[in-house]
Amino acid sequence: MEYGLDLEYSFNEFLKGFGLSSEIAHIIWLPLPMLLVLVAAVVGVLVTVWLERKISAAAQQRIGPEYAGALGVLQPIADGLKLLVKEDIIPAKADGILFTAGPILVLVPVILSWLIVPFGQNLLISNVGIGIFLWIALSSIQPIGLLMSGYASNNKYSLLGGLRAAAQSISYEIPLALSVLAIVLMTNSLSTIDIVNQQSGAGILSWNIWRQPVGFIVFWICALAECERLPFDLPEAEEELVAGYQTEYAGMKFALFYLGSYINLILSALLVSILYLGGWGFPIPVELIAKFVNLPVNAPLIQVFTASIGIVMTVMKAYLLVFIAILLRWTTPRVRIDQLLDLGWKFLLPISLANLLITAGFKLALPQFFGG
Amino acid sequence: MSIAITTQIICFTVLSFIVLIGALGVVLLESIVYSAFLLGGVFMSVAGLYLLLNASFVAAAQVLVYVGAVNVLIIFAIMLVNKKEDLKPINDIKSRRIISTSICLTLLSLLIRVDLTNVWSLSSPQNSIGEESTIRIGEHLFSDYLLPFEVASVLLLMAMIGAIVLARRDVMNEDISTGLPVDQELIEKSSEPLLTNKN
Repeated sequence: MEYGLDLEYSFNEFLKGFGLSSEIAHIIWLPLPMLLVLVAAVVGVLVTVWLERKISAAAQQRIGPEYAGALGVLQPIADGLKLLVKEDIIPAKADGILFTAGPILVLVPVILSWLIVPFGQNLLISNVGIGIFLWIALSSIQPIGLLMSGYASNNKYSLLGGLRAAAQSISYEIPLALSVLAIVLMTNSLSTIDIVNQQSGAGILSWNIWRQPVGFIVFWICALAECERLPFDLPEAEEELVAGYQTEYAGMKFALFYLGSYINLILSALLVSILYLGGWGFPIPVELIAKFVNLPVNAPLIQVFTASIGIVMTVMKAYLLVFIAILLRWTTPRVRIDQLLDLGWKFLLPISLANLLITAGFKLALPQFFGG
Repeated sequence: MSIAITTQIICFTVLSFIVLIGALGVVLLESIVYSAFLLGGVFMSVAGLYLLLNASFVAAAQVLVYVGAVNVLIIFAIMLVNKKEDLKPINDIKSRRIISTSICLTLLSLLIRVDLTNVWSLSSPQNSIGEESTIRIGEHLFSDYLLPFEVASVLLLMAMIGAIVLARRDVMNEDISTGLPVDQELIEKSSEPLLTNKN
């Protein structure tokens, strides 16, 4: 069922119209989706930072940013510019090379993971066969960057923060991977496109959240822990560790951490919406709408409609989850480190294992509902 | 030469250089922290080599297991035990160096022999399975490689039990390393929560 716009094909055809060879057209095409995704990620961060400021203000009965643009929408840009022009300080006793490499190692895997996020049937950078597994593998690189910056800062709070970050991310990666595995079991594929297509049968009713409620909750908790968002922000717990591994950082290097954590949050929200909330799918199947207005599914009008509604739906679902994450941050207290590890190893891990086993059982017993 | 092949050659050259220089750095650098981070870099470049060979699942597994788990644990351990100590100079360093060099050279010659005698070309014509390799690996793991796969998990279990025994001395009556009886009261005291002592 191959419908939707194929932008790459039409772009290449367009360039070939100017007499360019297909290879040169391909080379010109290559950086475009990457740039687009980078811009999308950064704009997503700006929106999230604004939301965070506004929602936290609302939660604390303040007004929040008000004067920079209408409703303070330009505030995140002002923040970014401020960080951009600040002096780049490396502490005298710090380890210069590792100090610089740390933030880069934190940010790069997160941006690389956007490779697999689909906004529509053909609207992703690359439909890699290992799809969601690539994200799990890439997100396991991040703790190295955190440990690196924690060590290089030559500061006990930084080191403690880095160690906590690594411990947390190792322990929550396992339930995370197990709950993804249950989805993969139902889809018979690791590709994010297949995962969304498998949920597109009957609109909202066929979304994975109904078949994997436990997996959904486990995944969301683990994703929050991996992003170091507030019930689990121990690595940078302000009251205990100043700012954890970011304590010694200033200017653009700090901005890299900041960007990394917010891009990671948006990425996690996008992945939850892809894995459990039907990705780009509209709650009512597009085929039904097409039948209602008496047009074939592959009519140009319907295709443009499908593509645009795909992007809107993906972003909307993701931002709904971001909203929940922000609300959680401003309403819940932080867990202690022992509670955090207990929750990860003694609660989430057994539950996600049991969820995987039950899914496998259901897949054998009810193949028509759980992917035969 | 097409663009794909050129890119492949450039990537291969860069990755092999990183692997070689990184591996030398792991062995030769004085600072153990640098060695550990370089080891991560070497693992990553090996994953890149797997990617060049169209084995994307193996590459991702390499990153997940070696970089994400093994290397993080190594760095973690180094940072928890970051004790500066002056190492005593070893008196018979010369003979030790000679022995280790000869062992390494023997291993190297063995590897070179394997490289020269083995037939590397595939019997079937180049039918790369590419994306399908994940499924093939799964099939093999659950059929003809089932026993090694399960035995590996037993090995991991043994390592885990060993670690627990080493860490939880209180389950033993005597100290493992010295053989002296363990002061159980001291352990009880240390494992008691701090808050209960206050009132």
